[in-house]
Amino acid sequence: MKLHEYQSKQIFARYGIPIPRGRIAETAAAARQIAEELGGRAVIKAQVLVGGRGKAGGVRLARDAQEAEQLATQILSMEIKGLPVRKVLVDEAASIEQEIYLGITNDRAARKPVIMASAAGGVEIEEVARQTPEKIIKVHVDPLLGLREYQARDIAVFLDLPREYWRSFIAITQGLWRAYVENDATLAEINPLVITRDQRLLALDGKMIIDDNALFRHPDLAEMRDVDEDAPAEVEARKYGLSYIKLDGSIGCMVNGAGLAMATMDIIKYFGGEPANFLDVGGGASAEKVAAALRIILSDPNVKAVLFNIFGGITRGDVVARGILTALEEVKPRVPMVIRLVGTNAEEGRQMLAQANMITAETLAEAAQKAVAAAKAM
Amino acid sequence: MSILVDKNTRLLVQGITGNEGLFHTTQMVAYGTQVVAGVTPGKGGEWVLDKIPVFDSVKMAVEATGANTSIIFVPARFAPDAIFEAADAGIPLIVCITEGIPVQDMMRVRHYLDQKKVRLIGPNCPGLLTPGEAKVGIIPGNIAIPGNVGIVSRSGTLTYEVLYALKLRGIGASTCVGIGGDPINGTSFTDVLEMFERDPQTEKVVLIGEIGGTDEERAAEFIAARMTKPVVAFIAGQTAPPGKRMGHAGAIIEGGAGTAADKIRALQAVGVRVARHPEEIAEIVANL
Repeated sequence: MKLHEYQSKQIFARYGIPIPRGRIAETAAAARQIAEELGGRAVIKAQVLVGGRGKAGGVRLARDAQEAEQLATQILSMEIKGLPVRKVLVDEAASIEQEIYLGITNDRAARKPVIMASAAGGVEIEEVARQTPEKIIKVHVDPLLGLREYQARDIAVFLDLPREYWRSFIAITQGLWRAYVENDATLAEINPLVITRDQRLLALDGKMIIDDNALFRHPDLAEMRDVDEDAPAEVEARKYGLSYIKLDGSIGCMVNGAGLAMATMDIIKYFGGEPANFLDVGGGASAEKVAAALRIILSDPNVKAVLFNIFGGITRGDVVARGILTALEEVKPRVPMVIRLVGTNAEEGRQMLAQANMITAETLAEAAQKAVAAAKAM
Repeated sequence: MSILVDKNTRLLVQGITGNEGLFHTTQMVAYGTQVVAGVTPGKGGEWVLDKIPVFDSVKMAVEATGANTSIIFVPARFAPDAIFEAADAGIPLIVCITEGIPVQDMMRVRHYLDQKKVRLIGPNCPGLLTPGEAKVGIIPGNIAIPGNVGIVSRSGTLTYEVLYALKLRGIGASTCVGIGGDPINGTSFTDVLEMFERDPQTEKVVLIGEIGGTDEERAAEFIAARMTKPVVAFIAGQTAPPGKRMGHAGAIIEGGAGTAADKIRALQAVGVRVARHPEEIAEIVANL
């Protein structure tokens, strides 16, 4: 779960990381009010959960409160990469001497957290990593031992940070580490961390991603989820414990198991179609879950056919078929349904479905071809 | 021969009295697996299926029954503790079925286990099946027959597909290992390939990977350097969009890394036959 910049910075502040003064505004009038409180000059920053908002014109400097109101009006009417801007952060404007990147993430391959830092801050770290990897220091942290002070000092030395900033930099790095660990983040990033002209370190921008699997122990963070930023169908799917991701194609997929669901999308493409979604309906494929999944798939107007691919292992094929039929009676789909059932009692299940006028298939290749043909005929 | 589990496995089930634990214990016993003990704290002294004693702790269960493998069916919030408990009780092989363990917990678990030299399979995996000998997990027993193909996979039902397709062609498996769909797990593709390379019963290997991470690329390096047995692979997620988690916590293309195309290229470059769709896997294996 991604957090907004203002949410991330509020968390950082709790760990002693200095952030600019500022508040969130949902209207231009509120933005003006905040700018006035900050003394006029302010930065107006769109709060959307996608990168590239600066390039899109979503971050602007206002010289006074009146301009803050004008810019907030503009930004609040923008869409950035398809996401409408509903909130702006109004921050005091800082004068910047130097920009630093400081972030902590999970290094999958090393199976450890890694702290990354670079004196080339302010741009995307992936970009720095591609073009000038020598400008990035990576420090792995023992997950049982935690961050040691010398490691933070090593980073300060690598960054050529003047000695008078070391103490403050180490405190910020330690604060970021605690924010990362205590909030079960998969990413905690300050970009840029700046040295201001009045010689302070300040976290101008912040980003956190929280591990969805850890939200059970962070009810406060779970409440921060901005459902406005998710596709409505994905929000609906989450309610039913279904894993659904919308794509751009025309063939809806309902599959039990994530790996099999990906393989089903791939084979649709292989036979000349385009998958409309990823959907893992889970183990048993019960009537209730299938019905919910089907409603979600069909809420996408691009869907011209639906392909079911269910492997009946411990759950028998006839039981799965009965569940599908019950769900179809409830949902009454308007597009052709192609169903492939394999595994235990699959033959019986297939017969039940064929009698109910479903298009059935024995192999995945056959099912994919039939679904592609059915979608093209629509 | 086989790897990891066989008819001599003495299995302990952690979370044996829960819904999942009880259901799959019944299935494992029916398959012929020696389930010697169960653990549910607070239910010590009870019996499951009239013959499996339940203990309050793993340590007590190990002392009383000589269990040498543990399978974990406890909810995600308790699973890391269950793994630590099994490791501290001296269990050398732990299989964790549980899905949804926080990734930072798994980093701590993995580091602790590495120091103890304990092998963990999973989490978020279907477990192990040595057809005809032992089922330690949730892989349906009736979809596979004994044979000479070793299978290692990050997936569940996709693996069942392959086992079943092989069975329909009369081809059996030595052992099927589900290493799980999480970003940090206990056992990698390379670990399992190494075991299959050494196992005399295994003559061919099927590797089923998916998007996310670089475990398949490392497997390719190992195959080039050390593997003499033929490997057939399949990688799921060629149509997966970047930045989206495809069901499994570990199935995500991040910062342009972990794509199916990269993995397929790495495997093909070292002579691995990569199937274009799942049904082709059994076809290629049959013709090897």
